[in-house]
Amino acid sequence: MSTHTIQEEIPGTVIFDGRMAMKGYALNKMCYSFNSAANREAFRKDEEAYMDEYGLNDQQKAAIRARNVLQLIDAGGNIYYLAKFAGIFGLSVQDVGAQQTGMTVEEFKEYLRKQGE
Amino acid sequence: MAEIIAGLTSSHIPAVGNAYARKLFDDPYWKPFFDGYPPVHQWLDEQQPDVAIVFYNDHGLNFFLDKMPTFSIGAAPTYENKDEGWGIPTIGTFQGHPELSWHIIDGVVADGFDVCTCQEMAVDHGFTVPVQLFWGDREENPIKTIPICINTVQHPLPSPRRCWEFGKAIGRAVASFPGAEKVVVLGTGGLSHQLDGTRAGFINKEFDLMCMDKIVDEPETLAKLSVMDLVREAGAQGAEFILWMAMRGALGDKVKELHRNYHIPISNTAAGLMLLECGA
Repeated sequence: MSTHTIQEEIPGTVIFDGRMAMKGYALNKMCYSFNSAANREAFRKDEEAYMDEYGLNDQQKAAIRARNVLQLIDAGGNIYYLAKFAGIFGLSVQDVGAQQTGMTVEEFKEYLRKQGE
Repeated sequence: MAEIIAGLTSSHIPAVGNAYARKLFDDPYWKPFFDGYPPVHQWLDEQQPDVAIVFYNDHGLNFFLDKMPTFSIGAAPTYENKDEGWGIPTIGTFQGHPELSWHIIDGVVADGFDVCTCQEMAVDHGFTVPVQLFWGDREENPIKTIPICINTVQHPLPSPRRCWEFGKAIGRAVASFPGAEKVVVLGTGGLSHQLDGTRAGFINKEFDLMCMDKIVDEPETLAKLSVMDLVREAGAQGAEFILWMAMRGALGDKVKELHRNYHIPISNTAAGLMLLECGA
């Protein structure tokens, strides 16, 4: 039995299971490589060549070019590895959260704060 | 025999590592978080534990999707923190306790938990942030550590009950170790948070406070939750609560809550701190 058949739908949430892990393998492997400063630099120097080296598919390449986190997740990206990609551009998890929810960063921070009231 | 004297919980948010490095202890944003820790520091100063068993999850430093073990136990003399790619300053070497590690490995495998064993293990913020929060710079506080990594990256994740039982097996193993070590067990991560998807930023104070209450005297209630319950109620990364369940299992039946702190938000997360003393 495949793993995702037993999962319920949770709105706004993609469960990163085996299906997604297979789909996003190349993309996540590239992002995992960004643990190394030399690899981050190599990506900055020639993004297209770097994506080719890791065998990203067209959907993954387009999402990387767009710096679009929801598209990256849809292409199989896992947030822990994507965070390393976002880090190349100095983006925090609030920046990433704001982008995904369509809020400004200030609005997103206020949304977080209000949940503590 | 070695003895587990208490459990400690702490969030392991990477931004804390940056704030710690910049000493933002009295900054208005950070103060309600950092102010939770001195009572635990005082207790640690009094008790002087020798070893910290640290349940944490790797966030893509030591493990990639090529090999993703469910339960991994460090069995190294030292553990290194390495570059995670997004700017958290790396901190020094952590001392291990390989004899106790192997004793635990022997014990839990005999008990039915077939773990991955690691003689080299890079530890990320999931491990380093809580250890730094509790012990500061390791040069001054040479606590020995045993990192135990539980997969929270790729579903299926082990259930809260499975993690609770895993913790119990570790507790039994420690109790049979022929040494005089005083051991504390850390449950790191959580509480509610979600980083990914259009639900990013989700926090659930009511659920978190329920978990903090029940984990003291009614962990059985929490063991009935599924991983999907945690994802729904605590957010995609709130599933890290399984690490707290592993800690609670290691503490034995009765614990006494000596201290807690809860604060929203730190980064995208509800931060929970607890000190649970064994044998109440």
